[in-house]
Amino acid sequence: MTATVVREDQAVGGGARVSAALWRRAWLRATLTLSPPLAWFLVIYLASLAVMLLTAFWTVNPFTNALERTWTLANFQQIFTGTYLTIIGRTVIMAAAVTVTDAVIAVPFAYYMARVASPRGRQALFVAVLLPLWASYMARVYAWIVILQKGGTLSWTLSKLGLGAVNIGYTNTAMWLVFSYIWLPFMIVPIYAALERIPDSLLEASGDLGARNWRTLRSVVMPLALPGVAAGSIFTFSLTLGDYITPLLVGGASSNFIGNAIYSNIGTANNLPFAAALAVVPIVIMIFYLLGARLFGAFEAM
Amino acid sequence: MKTWTRAGALLAASFAAMLVAACGSSGGSTSGGASGTSGLTPPQANTAVPASVGKGEGQLNLIAWSGYAQPQWVKPFEQATGCQVSTKYGNTSSEMVSLMANGGGGQYDLVSASGDADLRLIYGGDVKPININLIPSWKDFHPFLQSPPFNTIGGKHYGVSYEFGPNVLLYSKQAFPSAPTSWSVIYNKQYSGEVTVPNNPIQIADAALYLSRTQPSLGIGDPYELTQAQFNATVNLLKQQKPLIKKYWDLASQEISMFQSGTAVVGAAWPYQTNTLVAAGAKVADTIPSQGATGWADTWMLATKAPHPNCAYKWMQWATTPKVQAQQAVYFGETPANKLACPIMDQLSKGACANYHADAPEAYFKTLKFWKTPLKQCGNGKNDCVPFQQWVTAWTQITG
Repeated sequence: MTATVVREDQAVGGGARVSAALWRRAWLRATLTLSPPLAWFLVIYLASLAVMLLTAFWTVNPFTNALERTWTLANFQQIFTGTYLTIIGRTVIMAAAVTVTDAVIAVPFAYYMARVASPRGRQALFVAVLLPLWASYMARVYAWIVILQKGGTLSWTLSKLGLGAVNIGYTNTAMWLVFSYIWLPFMIVPIYAALERIPDSLLEASGDLGARNWRTLRSVVMPLALPGVAAGSIFTFSLTLGDYITPLLVGGASSNFIGNAIYSNIGTANNLPFAAALAVVPIVIMIFYLLGARLFGAFEAM
Repeated sequence: MKTWTRAGALLAASFAAMLVAACGSSGGSTSGGASGTSGLTPPQANTAVPASVGKGEGQLNLIAWSGYAQPQWVKPFEQATGCQVSTKYGNTSSEMVSLMANGGGGQYDLVSASGDADLRLIYGGDVKPININLIPSWKDFHPFLQSPPFNTIGGKHYGVSYEFGPNVLLYSKQAFPSAPTSWSVIYNKQYSGEVTVPNNPIQIADAALYLSRTQPSLGIGDPYELTQAQFNATVNLLKQQKPLIKKYWDLASQEISMFQSGTAVVGAAWPYQTNTLVAAGAKVADTIPSQGATGWADTWMLATKAPHPNCAYKWMQWATTPKVQAQQAVYFGETPANKLACPIMDQLSKGACANYHADAPEAYFKTLKFWKTPLKQCGNGKNDCVPFQQWVTAWTQITG
């Protein structure tokens, strides 16, 4: 009997021995399985972030553009000057405005999708919400340029209706419209998911206890939808915060975002250290935003 | 300017070009460029130049603006010389300067540098003098591009001029029945919200050029060599201009679309935009106003540590021949340095020579102040001029 076992072991060879060793040492198995993704995360993601942070404390030689590895806080001090505070303020206000706009539009829309529409209607609405995501971001932004520019579709339609021409192309209003349009699906889907999850029994219980529709909506549906709104707002807020293409294409003379300032420092000025210091700003803003969103249960709804 | 032109020219073909940002261009002023750096000596000034071009090394590594190494003139070059060309495209002048660090690092041979990068490369010791007698077409250049101050210091040529273009005043014929004669129209409240200018720090030089003629008391001579007081006055003018600006354009295509829709009626542009708009039937025209204009000019410069110098010389010879000069000019929408390219441009695209002013008299080119890097060192050995980095900061403040 013993002999047979030994022979089998020899026959199967090293592979079996390795797997046996792994089975006996669970920690080794876990380490081997997890280390490639963990290494990827550490090296590609965290290390590059760390290098960027490090660069933010260096400077460039203004003449040769060579990096000078001397420690300085000058880049961060420069951020706290009027120009950059204006740019940061504009970016944050726009991100907040887009988030609020999308939430106001998305809540009733998602409620209709999740709780009113027939299954067939729900499917159609889903396709309608997601369809724009199939088209290129750039194509959709360009479409908006055509709609909003002087003599464009919007202006033409309004003037035909006798409401007078509008010329809001290349303004911050145009940016607000375009951002709100582009990120809307990212708000609708999480809210839909949150609303769909509400058991019918809760609504029935609310009715049984004498609450009317409005009261049920306010006291039962809305609190349960809030995590969805918070989750969606993470997308709309962070996507707006980090964008630089829409300001470039749709914005006017005063439309620079943090991303544009970073971009011009990498491109035109080739001042990587200052660009790195500026890049820290949206990271810090998002850390605070995520901490706030967690209070509203955003991560349970994701 | 360079990248812009490039991005502009290529955008029609691809949205991807949008991600290419814009940046600086070229050139040195036609007067006094060398004096601006008096007291400095290029580190490679005494490097020996070859007396003849030897056998090709079989390989050539270029740093170029996109659109500067197209197969229609690279393939025949490879067949004729056996030098296989590999190209690294630079998006901005500063990126090119970075790539050329340490004399090209023993990797790159040539860079198609714009005037705003030239002096940085020369005084950084990253490029070395060439023997201009080995470039036969050089004698056919427009005289002002043979030894321009942005690539020739103390009689040493740090490369050979390639192509150039002016920054013109573009206007709608509906808003301006007769051509405006002054840049003042882009600072005039009458056109509030209908003006567009490039989103580029070097645009400060355009305003300085305007002030040099309209406010002589400031004493601005070279628009790229501004003292702090002159610089402040220029930045003030641009801050006053800001409310009139509809948009600072990043891509030539943006300006084209704004003029097409009538969103903008006047602005700073390149001949490329004018020609594209006119071809599309828009009622626009361009002019060089009485104050003159800025412009860009590119130079093929030889890396200090070029590993394939013979192929590099062969490329400089090839790129300056009338045919390649014409192909490049028509492909990109700019003006060749070689005067003999004109008839070939017309063969490639009817009227191209006149459209891009390749046949203009020398007096026309005299009105252009070619872009160059603003340095701290300015006229008469003084060190009180505002350097480019401060231009970038000021531009961010103006547009932010």
